[in-house]
Order: sequence, then structure tokens, then C-alpha cells
Amino acid sequence: MTDATKYDVVIVGGGLMGASAAFFLATRYKFSVALVERGRIGAQASGVNFGNVRRQGRPFIQLPLAHHARDIWGRLPALIGEDCEFLPTGHLKIAFDEDSLAALEAYNAEARHWGLSLTLVGVNRLRADYPFLGPGAVGASFSPEDGHANPRLAAPAFGRAARRAGAHVLEQCEVIGATRQSDGFIIETADGRILRAPILINSAGAWSNRFAASFGESVPMEARGPQMGVTESLPYFVQPVLGTGDSSFYMRQVKRGSVVFGGGVHVAVDLADPRPRPRPAHLLTQLRSLVRFLPSMAGVQVVRTWSGVEGYLPDKLPALGWSAKTPGLLHAFGFSGHGFQLGPGVGSVLADLAATGDTSVPIEPFSIERFADNEPAKTSPVAPSSGSAR
Amino acid sequence: MSSSRVVIIGAGPAGTRAAETLVAAGLKPVVVDEAPRSGGQIYRRQPPGFGRSLKKLYGFEAGKAARLHDAFDRLQDKVDYRPGTMVWGTEGHNLHLADRDGRQDVIGFDALILATGAVDRIVPFEGWTMPGVYTLGGAQIALKYQACLIGRNVALVGSGPLLYLVAYQYRRAGGNLAGIFDTTPLSRELAGLPRMAANPANTAKGLYYFAWLAAHGVPMLHDVSPLRAEGEGRVARLVLRDRAGRERTFACDAIATGYHVQSETQLADLLGCDFAFDARAGQWLPRQDEMGRSSVDGVYLAGDGASVRGADTAEATGALAALACLQDQGMPFDAAVRNQALQAMRRGSAFAAALRDAFPFPEHLYENIADTTLLCRCEEVSVGTFRATLRDKGAGEVNRAKAFCRVGMGRCQGRMCGASAARIAAQTLGVELAAVGRLRGQAPVKPLPTALQTEAGE
Amino acid sequence: MDEQSLFLRVAEQDREIVPFFVNGRPATALSGDTVLTALLTHDHEVRLSEILEQPRAGFCLMGACQDCWIWTEDGKRVRACSTMIEPDMRLRTRSPFNGARPE
Repeated sequence: MTDATKYDVVIVGGGLMGASAAFFLATRYKFSVALVERGRIGAQASGVNFGNVRRQGRPFIQLPLAHHARDIWGRLPALIGEDCEFLPTGHLKIAFDEDSLAALEAYNAEARHWGLSLTLVGVNRLRADYPFLGPGAVGASFSPEDGHANPRLAAPAFGRAARRAGAHVLEQCEVIGATRQSDGFIIETADGRILRAPILINSAGAWSNRFAASFGESVPMEARGPQMGVTESLPYFVQPVLGTGDSSFYMRQVKRGSVVFGGGVHVAVDLADPRPRPRPAHLLTQLRSLVRFLPSMAGVQVVRTWSGVEGYLPDKLPALGWSAKTPGLLHAFGFSGHGFQLGPGVGSVLADLAATGDTSVPIEPFSIERFADNEPAKTSPVAPSSGSAR
Repeated sequence: MSSSRVVIIGAGPAGTRAAETLVAAGLKPVVVDEAPRSGGQIYRRQPPGFGRSLKKLYGFEAGKAARLHDAFDRLQDKVDYRPGTMVWGTEGHNLHLADRDGRQDVIGFDALILATGAVDRIVPFEGWTMPGVYTLGGAQIALKYQACLIGRNVALVGSGPLLYLVAYQYRRAGGNLAGIFDTTPLSRELAGLPRMAANPANTAKGLYYFAWLAAHGVPMLHDVSPLRAEGEGRVARLVLRDRAGRERTFACDAIATGYHVQSETQLADLLGCDFAFDARAGQWLPRQDEMGRSSVDGVYLAGDGASVRGADTAEATGALAALACLQDQGMPFDAAVRNQALQAMRRGSAFAAALRDAFPFPEHLYENIADTTLLCRCEEVSVGTFRATLRDKGAGEVNRAKAFCRVGMGRCQGRMCGASAARIAAQTLGVELAAVGRLRGQAPVKPLPTALQTEAGE
Repeated sequence: MDEQSLFLRVAEQDREIVPFFVNGRPATALSGDTVLTALLTHDHEVRLSEILEQPRAGFCLMGACQDCWIWTEDGKRVRACSTMIEPDMRLRTRSPFNGARPE
């Protein structure tokens, strides 16, 4: 490799956001792109999450972005050549008390103004249509066009499609320094590569804050591990994704039969160890919820559990959009445990921003500027000081 | 110091000797074992009410079996014995247990000795999931533990010392053998003989079985490749390729197959032990020192679960792990006992190494496995799908391939397919076996039923 | 011993007879049999695989391969190779799971 390889855009972090951004940049704009991933594409939060392709329940200001993403989920085979097991089975949010039901009703009324059409399901309909539900449910909200997909497949599929479209996908390639000079960014990797680009996308998931901090935009991000489990294969009987209003428990059945479940608990994580272990005690708690939710699951076997690393911001909204301080720098991180559905939409928006400077999807509420007061006056942990961000 | 809690997982040769050593030092260890009775796999006891003699059950090893059983029985009231109990998960110094009815318990440990044993290593062939196909170890258990043969006319295919031992036991029990089909060239086995002199008794036993089987007219072929089991809903024939390259069909109603055994390392993995690739065993094993100390403080490894070296060595490494545990806790121990066990361990290790060389894992078989053969019997994923995942989806190692196509993701957590998946991955990608990694363990170590724990829980 | 059985008893046959049920039909085993032995001395399969629905009859007999999990009539899971047969046990070789049933 010569002195430096030049790209239109360098993306740091090959999760679903970064991989789909690379794909859309390479296909929609024919941009030259390098997607740099420390491990493997989609191996962290994008790969270990529950797999919810859910819009209902999101903050309303996220819905335009979620709609944009949902449109892409529905077109995956045409776009990237595989469906990533996306099934628009619907999503059923269940209330177990009157307060939760009132919250679902209020959400329903407002959601239609944001273009999300939901159906309230009364307790009798609920019993009739979902006879497998355990006692105690008082009502539900059904989102017919939501669904679920396989998180292990989605980001890698975007990565492969990006590669086919000409993007350079560099796996097991760790970025050790990123600086901005007058003519753009210089990115150094642990294996000795130097990449240059006028635009840099920071989509490094739970590790993104290190880059943000190195450009003077540290945010109060916390890393947490979701905990998921899966049962043996059972006859296919639950189509929609099921969840409680407060996300204390959620589950879905994949077509080949196993039931994936999660919710309620998190695993403490250390960013130095990207493979946190699920906690056995948490599993037992989740199993109690599972059987309460679906009494017919009593006796069914759990065969695997897993965890991973996700980045949470205090207001549970992502940092998405242009840097407030560094020209040419785009952030896309802190999706706070619900980024999977948004992923392809985020990639599409990032591609528009990087190529045209703008996007038709409203993302102002996610600007990293809202954390401007957070920036402590300290030296950057990642980037060398010389020629650093101004 | 004596209040420290030591937990031993496994009550086979290693677990028994570890418990005995700790009890002798005045400790009362907890012994957790999945089986209803002690003895492990090799000295597995027949159920109550069976009357066959030890000699009949264990042959040459009857004396050793008796001594081991007696040793454990003498410990009954000196250990906290938890038979029929699985350790399904760990967190820090806590172990999560479930009994057969799914009742949950959590126990803490100051020191933990893993004596988790080994299971058969398998090379899949077309039809290997069909009723009538069993592991060699399974075939032996049917006879020893249940007084049953797996069929009326049994073909044995594979390599390793168990192949001839099981054949001998079956023939002695009155079984008809369709044949012994060894994937190893005879010359290779003979070339290994001089080095096996490290254990002349074991070598002599192996030769005895071989000669006895030959004298009793049992068909024996060397240097074969199993191709497929055929039959309607159950095994009726075994088709293989002989050393001359001819396809040959043998009628049989059961097949026992296996290629030596592999360590059960899931708990060491969940506990965070460092692993290293052992080229001779062809397996990733937890790192350990001579005494069985793992890389994790307070976690010790013993027996075939630490490294497959057979039952005699397992007894020695069980004692060594217990002694290491005593030493690390500042308790007195008998240096002479340690030195004796160390010597036995070194002798056993040398013999095990020679055995590995004499009965090498038949890597070449993988080149000819048809794409249609099932690789993962739990998730029912074919060799062809796995190869395609490696080739076309950029899966550079086994966990990645597992994520993409589910091989190793099912109930057995890769116990049956993991060794094969690694070899097929290495071959397909054109890299060394060590470069494709190892399937990471995930709790529960074995399937955990939901309902039962909710009854016990809360 | 049935013609279609896989396993063949070769010793220890004077044990107590244990009656049990498999898929609603009465059968007998011997005291000390595992559930797997009890089934395979009559038949040649204990379950169907979930995806391809092919017959299975266990494999390792030592609780490692997890390929002989069956059911009792009340939905309890039983690993046939490592569970002892008990008098009047009511076993099923097909899943009784009915997810849609009301609780």
C-alpha cells in the first residue's frame, strides 16, 4: 500500500448502520468507500440484538426515520439479494394494567399523525385472536406492518452487497487514529494503513464515543449488554412479535420454530471485553416471564443465551447527523438498544448526507449538539494531538 | 482455611480421586455429577438389580473399576454428593445447577475442579443420523449399562482403541459383527507400537483384542472410508470404499462409529479459561500447568476433560488437581503422593501421545464427504450448506459460519459436529485447523427446561 | 422382543417387569432400563427431527448429543438415554406442544 488510499467516504464501524451506509454510498452515488471494522461486520450490537423490526412504541420524532427504514426492509431482496429473514408479521404490544393500556391508547391516537396506523385490540379480541396469551392482559396495540428479521444475517448481508458494489470492506482492521486536516480526514489503522477522505462516518457503536471525544464531542454514553435466549424448535404458532409496553419482556418465533426472547435485564459490560456473558440468574427471570406470557411454553427447552455490547445515551435517542464541531464528520451511534430496525434507514440517510449534504428525513432531534455542554476539557484518548480536530 | 468450599464437577476416575484427596486433607468437597451413580463413563455402574460381575462388565479393568467404586463409596458421607445434577451456567464463583426435575440451585466455590470427561469424536457420513447409528461409546454403554446390543448384526467403523475394544465386548456378549472397518492403515498402527511401550499392559490388551477378533473370524478391513448408511427408516447396509478404491456394501442393522474421544470443555470456556490449540489432540483445550491449574485462579482441570489421556491418567490428574488446590490454599499435602501422581501423569501422557499418532484423526475423510451429508444433526444443516457459507458469505471462522448457517447452534452446542465443522472450514478456506477458531460455549451447557424452574423459582 | 426393535437384550433378563405407555399404547420394560432402552427394545425410533422430520433413535447414549429428548404426556421433557423408566410412565415420541392452546 502506498502512502495513503483516498476515498470519498471512510466509515469507521461495520455494524448495520455503517454497512448499509457503505452499500447506499456505493450503489446510489457510486462513491468510493472504505468500511473499516475492528472485528467482523455486524458482530456486535447489530448481530446480537433481538431482531425487532418495530416502529410502534418509538418516540414519535423517530418515526419518519423508522418509516424510511421500514421501506428498505421490505425491499431487501431487490436491494441486496437476500431477505435476511425479514418477516412483516406485525408487532403486538400488550398491556397488563389499565395505565399501560391508557398509554397504548394515547400512543395510538398520536401515532396516526406520524403516519403509523395501529389497531387497538380489546381484551375479548385479544383472547380470541391470541388464545396462547397468559392471564392478565387487558388489551394491546397491533402494528400490522412491523415484524422481525435475523440480526446475525442483516449487517453481513449489507457488507457483502457493499463489497459487490465496489466498497472496500476492511474487517479485523482497527482504527488507531483519526484526525482532520485542511483537506480532509486521515485515518490510521493498526495494520499500518493510512486512509484519507473528505468525509468520515463514525458508526462504531458502543465504541463511537472514543471517536466523538477525539473530535471534542464526547457524549455521556453508557455501554450495556442485552441478554437474549432462544428455545428449541417448536411448531410455528406465534406470528407477531410480542412485547410488553415497558419492554420488560419481548419474544418472537422464527419460522423454523425457535422462540427468541429478551428484555428486562442488562448485563454490565466492559468495553475492553467485547464478549460479555449472559447472566444465568437473568435467564431464570426471563423464563418466568416467558411462561407467564405464554403458559404453553412451560416445559420447553432453552438451548442458548447470548449477550453483546450496545451504546446507550441518557435520552435514549441516537446521535445522528453532522458533527457540530468538525466539518465532514458524521455521527451515527448511541441507538440505545433499539437501532436494528432503524439501521438500513440510517445507512440511507448517512449516504444522502455524505453525498449531497442533506437528507429529506428529519433528523434534527438527534443532533449531537444536544450534548454540547457535556464536553469535558480533557485531551483526546484516541487521536494524536498534531493536526487534530479544530 | 478449612471452611473454603471446593466443588468438583464429575464423579468419574478424575473426580473420584480429586474428592478422595481433598477428604484426606480434611475438606468436605461438593461433588456434582450428571450421572445417577459415580464411575464416569468408563467405569459406569450398571443400575441396581443387575447382576453381572465386574469381570464381565469391565474385563481386564475389573480391578480398577472395583477400586474406584469402593473409593467413592467410602467418601459418601464425607462429601456433599449431588448426583443427577447438571451445572448449566456459571457467573463469577457461582455455579447454577439443575437437577433432573429442573429444580434450580446456586452454589458458590472457592476452588473448582473440572472433571467433565470426554465424548466420542465423530466424522459424519451420509445417513449417520439414521436410527441404528450410534457412537462407539454409546454402543458400549448399551451393553455395559443396559445389557443390550445396539443391533443384531453390528458394523463398527472409525479408528482408535475403542473400535477393537467395543468389537471384542460385543462379540463376547454373543453379538454378530458385520465387520470392523478401520479408517487407519494397518501399517500406521503397527508403526505406533514401539512408542506405546510406555504402557506395555495397555498395548498388550489392544493386541489381544485384535488377535482374538481375527481368530474368531470377524471381518476386518483397514484403510477404508465410510460412504453412507442405507436403509428405510433404519440402518440396513453400510457402504464404504476400501483401500483399493472399490465401493463395498455390508449388510448390518446397526453401526457404531467414532474416532477416539474429545474433551468436554464447555464449562472451562464459560468460566473464562484461556484455551490453546493442541495440535496432537486436534482440539482447543484449556491451558493448564502440570498440576492442572487453569488460567483462572481457583479453577483446576483434571481427567479426560482437561486432555484425553485415558482413565489411569485421569485418576492421577484428579489427585494432582486436588493437590494443587490444597497447595494454593496453603494447606499441607504429601509431596511423595504428588510426585507419584506426576510420574503417572507423565507416563500416561506419553502413552496417550503415541495412541494419537497410531490412530490419527482421519482428516482425509473430509475431502470426500458429499455435500448432501448432514453436518449438524441438531439444526439439520448439510455439509454443502456449510461449505457454501464459508465460500460465499465470507465466514472466516467457525463462529461466524455458525452465525450465518446455524451449524453448532442446536441442542448439543456443537459437541457432535464441532470437530468436523472446524476441519471442513479449514479445508474449504485452505487454512490451518487452528486458524478457524473454536465454537464458543454458550449457557446453558445442556438444554434447560423452562417450566420446571418456574415451579421451583420465586 | 419385537422384530422391529433396534436393541437386543443379551443378559440381565430376569428383572422385574415395568409397565408403561408409549403414545397411549401399553408396553413393558424391565426395571433398570433407561427410557431409551424401554423404547428401542420395541421399536426403532424415539422421535422425529424438527426440521426434516426424520426418525431419530438417540446417538451417544451418554447425555451429550441431546438427540433422544422425548416427552411425557403432561409435556415434561425426558432425555431418554439418561432417564430411568418408571412404572406407568406415559411417554410420547411426538411433541405434545400445542402453542395455540389457551392456558
